[in-house]
Amino acid sequence: MTNSVDEFELSDCIFITGSNTTSSHPIVATRILRAKKKGAKIIVADPRRVHIADLADLYVSHRLGTDVALLNGIMYVILDKGWENRAFIEERTEGFEEFEKVIKDYPPEKVAEITGVAEKDIETIAHWYATAERGSIAYCMGITQHTTGVDNVKTLANLAMLTGHIGREGTGVNPLRGQNNVQGACDMGGLPNVYPGYQPVTQFQIKEKFESAWGAQLSDKVGLTIPEMTSGLLEGSMKAVYIVGENPLLSDPDASHVEEALKRAELVVVQDIFMTPTAELAHVILPAACFAEKDGTVTNTERRVMRTRKALDPPGEAKTDWEIIADLSNRMGYPMDYSSAEEIMREIASLTPSYGGITYERLEGEGLQWPCPTKDHPGTRFLHKDRFVRGKGLFHAIEFKPPAESTDDEFPLWLTTGRLYFHFHTGTMTRKSGALTGEIDEQYVELNPEDASQLGISTGDEILLTSRRGQIRAKALVTDRMKKGEVFASFHFVESNANILTNPAFDPIVKIPEYKVCAVRVEKAAS
Amino acid sequence: MEFKTVLTVCPYCGCGCNFYLEVLDGKVIGTIPCKTSPVNEGKLCIKGWNVHEFIQDPDRLTMPLIRENGSFREAGWDEALDLVASKLKKIKEQHGPDSIGLFASAKITNEENYVIQKFARAVIGTNNVDHCARL
Ligand code: SF4
Repeated sequence: MTNSVDEFELSDCIFITGSNTTSSHPIVATRILRAKKKGAKIIVADPRRVHIADLADLYVSHRLGTDVALLNGIMYVILDKGWENRAFIEERTEGFEEFEKVIKDYPPEKVAEITGVAEKDIETIAHWYATAERGSIAYCMGITQHTTGVDNVKTLANLAMLTGHIGREGTGVNPLRGQNNVQGACDMGGLPNVYPGYQPVTQFQIKEKFESAWGAQLSDKVGLTIPEMTSGLLEGSMKAVYIVGENPLLSDPDASHVEEALKRAELVVVQDIFMTPTAELAHVILPAACFAEKDGTVTNTERRVMRTRKALDPPGEAKTDWEIIADLSNRMGYPMDYSSAEEIMREIASLTPSYGGITYERLEGEGLQWPCPTKDHPGTRFLHKDRFVRGKGLFHAIEFKPPAESTDDEFPLWLTTGRLYFHFHTGTMTRKSGALTGEIDEQYVELNPEDASQLGISTGDEILLTSRRGQIRAKALVTDRMKKGEVFASFHFVESNANILTNPAFDPIVKIPEYKVCAVRVEKAAS
Repeated sequence: MEFKTVLTVCPYCGCGCNFYLEVLDGKVIGTIPCKTSPVNEGKLCIKGWNVHEFIQDPDRLTMPLIRENGSFREAGWDEALDLVASKLKKIKEQHGPDSIGLFASAKITNEENYVIQKFARAVIGTNNVDHCARL
């Protein structure tokens, strides 16, 4: 997030898109509702009528995969009415002319046709957001999990720059991170192209710095992403994978593809807390400690580094993930003799400029928000205050592109996937909880009443959901949260895994799979 | 009887709510939200409130397991890690470091992610390290 969670309360207009906030980020939703109480306008744009839409001042349901068109349409209106922030554009940005040319192609009439959103609603969104004192944008996987995911994010950044709603309290472009430490895993270089602190593996001086710190020769070749590793295993260029705390069999698109890949590997090591479907395919399984059994830090969605603390011992022989890796490293002839997580953090701080001032001592209390480069730096509540990281903010001229797959007679409906309030990700943790499974413990596919009556389906019926890649069986839930032509399934339930159906077509730049849109068919199951 | 409360961070979503785990005689019996946390100010959602239920689930993995003839058998750390180390070394020699990949994780600590990527880069010699941020 460019800004902090509590700053939502200071906004007077919050634009939420592709985020089922009350389910996936309930504590953020609380802040948004407090802002509403103080008079902020809440706008929700989401193909599915998510719960927070009921509380919005304006809700629009655009067609799946038409985000760029909708946002460009909003920006057309802003420019047309002269609501843009000229001073901000001139002082802080570049690339405006190119961008403006593209936007001229998105008049509301045309955008209404592409997105299914009424012209007057497009105008209202533009009016409320652009003329607000402090406008804030919140988004989640509904924006990023598309073949056009990067375009979607850049388009949101365009919108914030156009109106100057960035670099001040209560504004910003705020991605809500799905998992507890996604932010930290990225910050720590759990990515194929960067070392900790987003330092590129391809840069010579950076490579030299890490080579001398670690006493090892390092590669300057960008590594493979998870989907590329999967393809590598299938082709035979990859031979081994070591998987820590992930369940790709459930969380990756086109699960049967992943299963085949793991079966072909010469070595699969899985290090986890439970026997997951992925672990079932391993050659060696290593028992790990869970969050309550170790010391360390995590970094939340607002870049706040916080301490986690050990409350009890791990069960049986289980050990913390860092102890296992360090032990393995010693056996492979590279000594890692850390005595504590705190010692690892000292090494992180010495090599990662944005974490440079972070120590366990300083994290007592509220934690610290990075960038925190030095021991006396107070941390950073919101980014881009006086300048962007690259200097000037760059406008991107982005055209709308339709989703990778299309519907036809055989697969006439659009499927989108997501989470439920009661469960988390692939369900390995939450499905162990009686309180949570008591609420819901099986897959319900949501569909619109009109589609349902055409197919002769009512709530509770067993149905088959089929895409070009596979089929699952589930129960139907007929609801007007879905609009005609679109259905929803979650990915918490292994026995009815929506990711058997989803499309592994990737965004060409960041390679996020297109979970959010694929073509399907629904039919009543023979009983 | 020994009772303590330990301040930590919710393992589920990216909000990162702070709470105290209540520990009675080595067992986690409940969760208390942290009022002074600037993130959650004393609130939690239903997942956070019930987080203690999975920690001591009887299905937790407690021993290293090695696959043999299609099923798993328990093993000690020495045997399991020596096996992994020798296989990784052999694969690296035969097919090069880029034939090996590591999955880091959005569910573990910063320190652990740091150690995993360091292992991939300095010990294996590859940048094939990724996690499910995209997923
Ligand atoms: S308590 Fe709920 S909102 Fe808070 S971090 Fe946990 S899952 Fe997220």
